[in-house]
Amino acid sequence: MKKAKVGLLAVVSLMMATLAFAAPPDQEQIEHGHKVYDKWCFPCHGTGLGKPGTDALAARGQKPAVLEERTDLTGPAIKQFVRHGVLFMPMFRKTEVSDAELDAIVAYLTRNNKP
Amino acid sequence: MRLPPGVTSADFSAAIKEFEAAVGKEWVFTSDEDVDLYRDSYSPVWHEAEEPIPSAAVAPDGVEQVQAIVRIANKYKIPLWTVSTGKNLGYGGSAPLLGGSVVVDLKRMNRVLEINDKNHFALLEPGVSYFDLYRYIQEHKLKVWIDPPDPGWGSPVGNCLERGGGYTPMHDHFDAVCGMEVVLPSGEVMRTGMGALPGSKTWQQYKYGFGPYVTPIFSQSSLGIVTKMGIWLLPEPEAYLSGTVMVWKRRDLIPLVEIFTNLVSSGTMRGTTQVISPLWFGAPDPDLDPIRASGNVEALESYAERKKTPYWILPLPFYGPAKIVAAQWEYAKEKFSSIPGATFADGPSYRFPLSADELSKIRDTVPLGIPSMQIFGLLPPQSQGHIGFSPIIPMSGEALLDALTLFDSIHRELGAGGGLFPVLSSFPRSFVIIYLFPVERDVEKNRRTRALYRRLIKEAAARGWGEYRTHTTFMGDISDTYSFNNHALRHFHEAVKDAVDPNGILSPGKCGIWPKRMRKASA
Repeated sequence: MKKAKVGLLAVVSLMMATLAFAAPPDQEQIEHGHKVYDKWCFPCHGTGLGKPGTDALAARGQKPAVLEERTDLTGPAIKQFVRHGVLFMPMFRKTEVSDAELDAIVAYLTRNNKP
Repeated sequence: MRLPPGVTSADFSAAIKEFEAAVGKEWVFTSDEDVDLYRDSYSPVWHEAEEPIPSAAVAPDGVEQVQAIVRIANKYKIPLWTVSTGKNLGYGGSAPLLGGSVVVDLKRMNRVLEINDKNHFALLEPGVSYFDLYRYIQEHKLKVWIDPPDPGWGSPVGNCLERGGGYTPMHDHFDAVCGMEVVLPSGEVMRTGMGALPGSKTWQQYKYGFGPYVTPIFSQSSLGIVTKMGIWLLPEPEAYLSGTVMVWKRRDLIPLVEIFTNLVSSGTMRGTTQVISPLWFGAPDPDLDPIRASGNVEALESYAERKKTPYWILPLPFYGPAKIVAAQWEYAKEKFSSIPGATFADGPSYRFPLSADELSKIRDTVPLGIPSMQIFGLLPPQSQGHIGFSPIIPMSGEALLDALTLFDSIHRELGAGGGLFPVLSSFPRSFVIIYLFPVERDVEKNRRTRALYRRLIKEAAARGWGEYRTHTTFMGDISDTYSFNNHALRHFHEAVKDAVDPNGILSPGKCGIWPKRMRKASA
């Protein structure tokens, strides 16, 4: 349990980190990431009723709770969540979300981050 | 490199090379980083020695590749474990039952091969999810409904094979299966039902074909890998109408369920519903909790009267032509009025298709044939996962009262308060209880949960209740309870398994059935 808490803290720290040295993603990759996000992430993390990921983040006081509206997510944090899961969110296999698709999700979810 | 049990490192390396030649190197996963993604996120044995971690995973893209994988596995006697979308969380996810098995991940086989909205069926590959299928139907403007379970990320093929349930009139998922294509343990491809007739025009329109009907032996089974499945769909209904019956005394449950059973068996009520006691399902209440703990029925009834809270409520969903569903609800009210004090409330009603605005206001779309993940919103925010304990009990008030008492005592031992579990009418003529045990990344807590789970299996069996489905960790325990006449059923399963899969390569241990070469060790 202690290990899990330490892991969670590490993830939160990663989320708070900035992307000062990251190269800006290209528009094509962002659009691809949007499509992958809509397929794999939106059912839990989207807007509207019955989105348990959004509701869980809201319950923990994260603002905005909708991932697409965030400007502080980082690539390592997103990849950590997708490949290792968190709480009741399971990990996702590479036959579901490939490494290239995960990169595209990162491009989409970090598109509005301030340098 | 992890190894399958009984397989040498040299043989496994050779097999991996052959898997790579069959499906492409990028679709054979052997690194710990990649293979660990197949661990069960909701495993009740997480990080314990007995956690079944695979040795590798292989992801074919078509039936010929599945055949090749099976032949290679036969050559080296490598145990395989098949998953369709791998989202059977609560029942094992994408992890095998036997550690070291190679997972055959069918997610890439994700084609909707046919949907017919005149005869109302689909032909699907196993990697198609309920979300995929719904999107396909919407994009092609087809006038059919699917019947998603909670939640919608799973596979219709996988869920039907595991005999899952949903909410619309097509809620008994295996009952909707019509024809399969199966790769047998030999590597041979077989089609069941009318599919055995070359050029058949009715593979998805008549289930039984000719001769012994074998389609069901591939459900909850280790006798083949299903690569195509036909399922029946529901013509888009004209309307949905719901209402709720409320009764006020504990013993009212007996006539409530009796009348309900008649409505179900006669086809008047075709959707899935659940019997709910607001006294047991409500939020923690300092006034109510001690009364509930005391088990004093009179005090509970007095509380219910004082707070104007029904003891039992029964929501009823109706699907079909608008005039007919209105008449069905009127008929139901007439029947339930025989229970003294019964009251009724109209619920939501819809005409289809729904507008985007109507849809945006509905939290739970699953009973309307629209897949969703909203069920996870009902879990506690700190939930790390769950496993389902799912006994089939009689569709009677007496059995429900007995179940309520049993599950409430278990729930108290878990320290989570009142008895929170749905009692669903997912299958004809019986109730199924889905009791969710929490699992955590905490070895000691999980050990206690497993002990409680195993005790509950025995408590249920002593009452004549058996589980319809279970997590891989408990498949042997559940199988042990189906023991009539010195385990005659298991002996039959084993005889079939040995005949069809002599090398015992497919899903060893699935539902308590082990191949001959592993049987002694597992007994």
